[in-house]
Amino acid sequence: MGGALDDLVSDFIAETREGLEALDSELVRFEQQPDDPETLSGIFRLMHTIKGTCGFLGLGRLQALAHAAESVLGAFRDGEAAVTPAAMSAILEAVDVIRGLVDGLAQSGSEPEGSDEPLIARLEALLTAEVAPSAKVEPGPTSGPAKSLIERLGGDATLDAAAEMAIVRLRQDPQVGPALLDHDVDALQTGLRDGLTRLARTRSGQESLEGFLDGAAPGLLTVVMRAVSVALGELDIDDETIADLTALAMPVERAAAQEAAAAPEGVAPPARVIDNPAARPAATAQGEGGAQTIRVSVDALEHLMTVVSELVLIRNQLIQTLRLVPESPFAAPLNRLNQVTSELQEGVMTTRMQPISGAWAKLPRLVRDLANDLGKRIDLVMAGQETELDRQVLELIKDPLTHMIRNAADHGLESPAERRAAGKSETGRISLQARHEGGAIVIEVADDGRGLSAEKIRAKAIAAGLLTAAQGEQASDADVRQLVFLPGFSTAAEVTNVSGRGVGMDVVRTNIEKIGGTIEVTSVEGNGARFIIRIPLTLTIVSALIVECCGERFAVPQSSVVELVSASGGSGRSVEYIEGAAVLRLRDRLLPLVSLQNLLQLEASEEASAEACIVVTRVGAFTFGVIVDRVFDIEEIVVKPVATVLRHLRLYSGATILGDGSVILILDPKGMSVEAGAGQVEGTAAEPGELAAAAGSTATSEALLIFRAGQDTLKAAPLVAVSRIEEIDAKQFERVDGRTVIQYRGRLMPVVDAAVEPAKAWENGSRRPLLVFTRDERAVGLLVDEIVDTVTCAVEGDLGSGGSATRGSLIIGGNATELIDVDYFWRKAFGGEAPPAPAIEATTAAPKTTRRLLVIDASPFSQLLLQPLLSQAGYEVVVAPDAESAMALYREGNRFHLIMADTQPGAPATQAFARTLAQASDWHGTPLLSLGLTPSLGREPTFDTTTLLATVSAALDAERSAA
Amino acid sequence: MSAEGASGIDLQGAAEGLVSVRIGGQAFGIPVLQVQDVIAQGTTNRVPLGPPEVAGSLNLRGRIVTAIDMRRRLGMEPRRSADGHMSVIVERHGELYALLVDDVGDVLWLPPTLHEAAPLTLSAEWRGLSLGLYRLEGELLLVLNIAEVLTLSRQAPASPAAAVARDAARPEQEPAVADGALVTR
Repeated sequence: MGGALDDLVSDFIAETREGLEALDSELVRFEQQPDDPETLSGIFRLMHTIKGTCGFLGLGRLQALAHAAESVLGAFRDGEAAVTPAAMSAILEAVDVIRGLVDGLAQSGSEPEGSDEPLIARLEALLTAEVAPSAKVEPGPTSGPAKSLIERLGGDATLDAAAEMAIVRLRQDPQVGPALLDHDVDALQTGLRDGLTRLARTRSGQESLEGFLDGAAPGLLTVVMRAVSVALGELDIDDETIADLTALAMPVERAAAQEAAAAPEGVAPPARVIDNPAARPAATAQGEGGAQTIRVSVDALEHLMTVVSELVLIRNQLIQTLRLVPESPFAAPLNRLNQVTSELQEGVMTTRMQPISGAWAKLPRLVRDLANDLGKRIDLVMAGQETELDRQVLELIKDPLTHMIRNAADHGLESPAERRAAGKSETGRISLQARHEGGAIVIEVADDGRGLSAEKIRAKAIAAGLLTAAQGEQASDADVRQLVFLPGFSTAAEVTNVSGRGVGMDVVRTNIEKIGGTIEVTSVEGNGARFIIRIPLTLTIVSALIVECCGERFAVPQSSVVELVSASGGSGRSVEYIEGAAVLRLRDRLLPLVSLQNLLQLEASEEASAEACIVVTRVGAFTFGVIVDRVFDIEEIVVKPVATVLRHLRLYSGATILGDGSVILILDPKGMSVEAGAGQVEGTAAEPGELAAAAGSTATSEALLIFRAGQDTLKAAPLVAVSRIEEIDAKQFERVDGRTVIQYRGRLMPVVDAAVEPAKAWENGSRRPLLVFTRDERAVGLLVDEIVDTVTCAVEGDLGSGGSATRGSLIIGGNATELIDVDYFWRKAFGGEAPPAPAIEATTAAPKTTRRLLVIDASPFSQLLLQPLLSQAGYEVVVAPDAESAMALYREGNRFHLIMADTQPGAPATQAFARTLAQASDWHGTPLLSLGLTPSLGREPTFDTTTLLATVSAALDAERSAA
Repeated sequence: MSAEGASGIDLQGAAEGLVSVRIGGQAFGIPVLQVQDVIAQGTTNRVPLGPPEVAGSLNLRGRIVTAIDMRRRLGMEPRRSADGHMSVIVERHGELYALLVDDVGDVLWLPPTLHEAAPLTLSAEWRGLSLGLYRLEGELLLVLNIAEVLTLSRQAPASPAAAVARDAARPEQEPAVADGALVTR
């Protein structure tokens, strides 16, 4: 039925795709070295194959386009057209369209509708435009035979068509047909076409035609030439020309005839072929110099791999049994089996291995296009193309690599002018290297561009709320550079056509981590950046550390295990607890710990485990320890997917069977890191949702506002106590009754300086922040020098205040910070006792069930103040900088109880925002609260805690009652 | 999904082959064409945090099989660990599952004349899991819809017994199961 044709089509698709990939890099090479005939003929051949196969399969659209492109390439080859950038672009465009058509074909099974007339016309115009001048010159001097034979024949295209028609005819010929049926039509046609072309073009080269004929239809030149003549006649070629061509072929025929005469009578050549049909294809294959390979479907390989994996497991079981019975008579054969199995495993693995050049093939073309688009000059240097890795891995790193090259070209490399100014050569260089390194493959993508500015990244990270200012100062440049892998991080100043949309390196990292790899970046500012990717060779068999907890065993992929630490009594290390959270002091750092027992809710086994092992695990930039009872060996395990019914458990990445036959689960380090609260501890590698969730879950932590006053020491005030932040200048001060006051909301509000020394004179005109605390109807203002940050951190109930200005000191981000006593300032402002601190709404209103809020706003205000404040009040807050990121959250399936957004009526952004959100149909029921945050007159917005919380609470109540 | 389960059985055919099993005193039939193997009690390795119906995973000739405790799946009283059990191995979408049952009986070839739709009085949960029943001498044999049996607990438990069993088993995990997509932590 249609099966045979379907097979042909899918073969065609596979072949064409391979061919196209090769074509991309060849074309670029050709553009650089237009005089390399080898490259050119390679490209030409490829195009031709596409055209030929399409013709055979009846794919008219593809054929027409490939034909036009082939003609132009032919003209290049014959020197009839100059290789101009415009011409190359047209060819590349044709390649792209062909690729699109092939993709369409692969998807729908039929050629997509449409017409490529404009492009074909462009290609043809290229041909005539270039050919015309040379054609004009020729008739002048040569008055004799006006045109060369090839021109009279109508060029390669006609000969090609003739060859095709002739072969079709010959295959139907009762005499020679049977012999030809065994041959690949395309090969025959190409052979004949090449022979004829050569003959017509050089008036020599009969031997090639002869060679072809010898392989296909020995001694049948006359028959073949007759068929060709008929075909040419049908193509409107005049008889004289046909006769010329036939005459040229005559010597061949003569030679063939002689040969035939020499052959014993009665052995008719066709019969000879039929006699030995099996030998023929093999001979042709060798004759064509075809590689001795066969195409095997991926499914077949996968199946083979599965079977081998099972064999490995059985082998492991047998070996284990053998250890118990060392004297077994099976020992020798088992050892042999062991060996053979290992060889087999290796062999099957090798069949799945492909050189990495498969993933790189598209890159030269990409770089060329990028260089054109960006107006830069870029050299792409590739080394280690032959490095092999598993095809599954290969597929998965294609996209990340493309992305990184794109980044390097766009952001990494400077424009030629900038490079000249920096004293570098104008041509930038991107280098790509691959090598094996201890069971893993290492890929380096490096450029010699401007490098990553640690300062810029730091500033950006702080502005985006990914780091607090204090953390930013503390982190080393190398650490800061790893922040480019965080979601939503892009240092590109503007969004370009090529990159800079903020979704970039985090996706790269996610993809690489998905396959158990790691990525890091090193950079010397001004001297380029180097990204180093380490990925496992294969995903099916990995080495894993087997651990035990509560009598159950689990596997932890070795790639994410950093070290093992014993925390038993004898080792001098012990697990410490901060508010129930386990930590370990490890080389002057605190390592957050998660207990596997708690994580998996395992019941403690009978024997109390006095010793605990800590598996130090690293996921991205986040390092944490997993407490387990015992650690066994590292084993090579065969990864199997977890059953569908268990797939929602994010802590497992797979399952495996151990040597003793038991099934154990493979722990997913990424899943565990989420449970361990990645991001909360180091302030890095956190997704906004996780951060907020983590902030909400630590019940006793408190949100603090960090500010500077007086000396350089940092001070902190509980954020809930601060009801507003104002900015004032010195002119607003008035002295009443020996106290400093300002007019505030129609009343006089006493102002005290947070610095212990009385308020210093400040320069005229400058403004200082004022924290306003409100109790009952009264308010007091606290004058500070600078607002630094807000943080959430654990504060002990009473740090002991002895009537001084501070309640105690805290270490926040490595800096000693004084927590001020608000009561002290009340007393100072009003004299006598401070009014009792009100039961702050924030804490009492904390809803029992966590309500999720989405804040859509890019200003630092949201991230610095709003988020901690709302988290403190018991809400789970997710901040999205813009509507697009909000939509991303929507698509991830996030649902919220309330959306807060900065929607100033009339602002142009508001409408776009509304349009975007309209797509989120599941969010339509969610109430939207307008923040009105847009700062006016360059002033930072002021806010009022009580009002805000009341509004949020009211909005949520409305929703609740509506539901 | 149910369509797939139904198509595996020829209700119009002369006789339907069912592997009869016993779960908590009730007779059930598993379409014989879907059964790959019947094995005696083997070692199962627990899956922490897994749905309560998942008794663990086991190794069947190098393949990982997920064991489903049919008593829990049907909302019955959990088996006391001392009881022996049998596993009926079924395949779904290339994955193997072991249905843990109390006992496995003969393969019965039953004529369609004895087949009836499940009565409406049966709990919705059970009706969802069955493809009707057969009137045997002395008892009724409920035909299991394997596709539905292997679709675990995204739905709210219908029978109170099931709800109790589930709640008792894992009070913490309900939100995660109720909506896997939601970030519940």
